[in-house]
Amino acid sequence: MAARTLYEKIWDEHLVAAPEGESAIMYVDLHLVHEVTSPQAFDGLRLGGRGVRRPDRTLATADHNVPTDPLSVPVKDPVSRRQLEALEENCEEFGITVFPRGHENQGIVHVIGPELGVTQPGMTIVCGDSHTSTHGAFAALAFGIGTSEVEHVLATQTLPQQRAKTMAVVVEGPAPEGVSAKDIVLAIVATLGTGGGAGYVVEYRGQAIRDLSMEGRMTLCNMSIEAGARAGLVAVDETTIEYLRGRPGVASGDEFERAAARWREFVSDDDAVFDQTVTLDAADLAPYITWGTNPAQVVALDGVVPDPADFSDPDVASTTQRSLTYMGLAPGTPIKEIPVDVVFIGSCTNSRIEDLRAAAGVARGHHVAPTVRALVVPGSHRVKRQAEEEGLDQVFLAAGFEWREPGCSMCLGMNPDQLTPGQRSASTSNRNFEGRQGRGGRTHLVSPVVAAATAILGRFATSDEVSS
Amino acid sequence: MKAVRVIEGRAVPLERADVDTDQIIPSDWLKRVERTGFGRGLFSEWRDDPSFVLNDARYAGATVLVAGPRFGTGSSREHAVWALMDYGFGAVIAPSFGDIFRNNSSKQGLVIAQLDATDVEELVALIKDDPSRLVVVDVERMQVEVPASGWSRPFALEAMTRERLLNGWDDIGLTLRHEGEITSYETRTSAPTLEGIFDDAGHVVAH
Ligand code: SF4
Repeated sequence: MAARTLYEKIWDEHLVAAPEGESAIMYVDLHLVHEVTSPQAFDGLRLGGRGVRRPDRTLATADHNVPTDPLSVPVKDPVSRRQLEALEENCEEFGITVFPRGHENQGIVHVIGPELGVTQPGMTIVCGDSHTSTHGAFAALAFGIGTSEVEHVLATQTLPQQRAKTMAVVVEGPAPEGVSAKDIVLAIVATLGTGGGAGYVVEYRGQAIRDLSMEGRMTLCNMSIEAGARAGLVAVDETTIEYLRGRPGVASGDEFERAAARWREFVSDDDAVFDQTVTLDAADLAPYITWGTNPAQVVALDGVVPDPADFSDPDVASTTQRSLTYMGLAPGTPIKEIPVDVVFIGSCTNSRIEDLRAAAGVARGHHVAPTVRALVVPGSHRVKRQAEEEGLDQVFLAAGFEWREPGCSMCLGMNPDQLTPGQRSASTSNRNFEGRQGRGGRTHLVSPVVAAATAILGRFATSDEVSS
Repeated sequence: MKAVRVIEGRAVPLERADVDTDQIIPSDWLKRVERTGFGRGLFSEWRDDPSFVLNDARYAGATVLVAGPRFGTGSSREHAVWALMDYGFGAVIAPSFGDIFRNNSSKQGLVIAQLDATDVEELVALIKDDPSRLVVVDVERMQVEVPASGWSRPFALEAMTRERLLNGWDDIGLTLRHEGEITSYETRTSAPTLEGIFDDAGHVVAH
């Protein structure tokens, strides 16, 4: 057989039918469901008199809408409450396992799949959420879908799909000290632009990628959509297999070894050909931050706010001006002189145990600046419990951070965790769109260590500025 | 979905690049469990501004939206499509679109017409010159036209998307014609299921 990329292997294995003149039909191994993009899909099933074909391939959790207040506080917003209840009722009616608010396994959908070990190499995974690409860190073909497609998967366990083009993004050499997975992916999004990945499935390759932990690879694959790609992939290696060993969703003993042997095949063949290859040199990378209102508007922490006059393309110049006006920034201002009001450590990009450890490492023994509100929102109850076992909650609390219940929280500001107009945040999430974290809010995307250092100094800062 | 052959009416120019789905319908609106009524939330953070183009009376009742590159990027929320359609739009014309948005549109019958950036600019100039000019998006002939100006440009549609729009076909029904192949695939796949991992209350079963 001809050499194939990782994507092509997974695609071939999941082809149910390829009818002439129509889209191919792809099988879905795992469908993750949450409260926001599913109620209308369940309604559609009822209207069409259809059931859920494979409840045993469907898993639901509450995440987008849940308040991060103590669990004893009821959900105050009646519209949110209704949606959370609808998820439970729908899952009950159709026989789907669901983790409601407060359940020991509840958390952000892209955090719980991997930590429960139900995300596995070679699988196809979909969810009504664009950051489903996160699961690609496990060499699973994972992408976001809309509500009509959610209904389609519930009813048929398949999706009509076009085969994507393949792109290799190679980050060569080891990443310098202080450069995290978040910095790597911000550099990639800046390089590709917000539309550069459209139509492609991206495979991340090269030493800087291989060196990443599974948490880091999830951060990386998570933001594939910010470059327009629907999915990102990292090939299986021993890091992948060791992460999965002992997780609830995987087999144990000999059966695990047999599964692992199969998983090891989910790599691109040596001589596989990608439709496009983009190469970055890790040595050039630094801690980054977004300055504007799309995630490709990136600058090094050591840099300055760009000047629209520097861009010869009039469209880029006017977009830059528009972004700067919204963000309330003057060209040429050093990034590290910009004060912030809110720091958010959380979201499916950076709310896993390793992210919290990294942030706590910076915060330990320091205190949040008096002008700053800083929130830590663990990605799931499992992450929260582990962090508490390690004493990280105490580190954060002693440093003046809020330690909250898990959920999407200020990543999208659907729950009460929102910016007020004009407030500026340093956020470990993935989108800096206008109003994303609350109407009029100004979001800057950063890594967990930059977020922690920024909270302490009250202005954008790198972790080396906070003495340990 | 309803069959769509032609969308015609006034067009409104939204001269911005990277209009993401968070702008089309802010997250506050995503709490609802219904599928209707999202038109009021369309571009709601911009509509407070009296100079925003949707507030311009000359474009009232428009059925075609003409936008800048990378329209509909970001979040997968189909609510963006529901909001555009509920507001009254039947077609969006832009130089490029977010992948998921494009998909969602095709499921709902919102026509996505991709034209070259220069053609979009020409079209915007024609509309601004006379906002009452009729714009026609013809799915069957795959053409965008401004009849009063003798202006027309072809656009591409996947054959299947075009058929589905023209016939108003339901995707699920189409897929279920392959029921036999799905069942046979299911007998041969070795991909794990969730069977046996959780008990009825969703707690992990020790193994
Ligand atoms: S944390 Fe943010 S990006 Fe991730 S699933 Fe939740 S809302 Fe979406």
